[in-house]
Amino acid sequence: MLSLFDGALDVPTILKTWYEEEATSNYGAYIPFVGTVRSEYGIEGLSFDVYEPILESWFASWQIKAKEKGAKIKMAHSKGDVMLHESSYIAAVFSPKRRVALEFIDEFVEDFKASAPIWKYDLKDGQRIYAKDRSTAISGSGLLA
Amino acid sequence: MVRVEFLGPIQKEALELDISNLNELAKILQADAEVSDWLESCAVALNDTLVTSLEAPLKDGDKISLLPPVCGG
Repeated sequence: MLSLFDGALDVPTILKTWYEEEATSNYGAYIPFVGTVRSEYGIEGLSFDVYEPILESWFASWQIKAKEKGAKIKMAHSKGDVMLHESSYIAAVFSPKRRVALEFIDEFVEDFKASAPIWKYDLKDGQRIYAKDRSTAISGSGLLA
Repeated sequence: MVRVEFLGPIQKEALELDISNLNELAKILQADAEVSDWLESCAVALNDTLVTSLEAPLKDGDKISLLPPVCGG
């Protein structure tokens, strides 16, 4: 399940909802990762653009990989502005046993950072500045150069 | 016509081009000062699927997207 929200995520509600959705699914492990906006580089917050068609197909491919291991992934992400100490990202893996979920959350979040079509901007001094230095070119970039 | 969209931080309006393959698009964008500096770091999607070859044929109504470096989370 992939959910996108305008602005900051309501972390307690999302984690509780996901917990309740799978409470009787017989998963032994529920491992969430919550990403929170930290105070750094003098920013007031972050802002995000999301390209949903490719994000959905990328997520669907991961859900297939998870299913092959008897696991399930859930993910929530913000669109637009998220201020300091608010959260913009939650990913969670449910699996029968903990080892699969622990390994999967690591692989999933790393690939998310490298491949998911989401662009981050620093909110600073009233401006929205692309976080170019912290961004990663998607594998296969440069085809048209 | 093929529609070319520039995603995320690339400040450029979409283009409608009469082209039949990505090689033609590459030549047009390499000559476009607004976007040429982005090309080295951009991935390319055809109808929302990432492509790895310039040889894919294009047809009327196709959508091409340029995806600059990403940073979710």
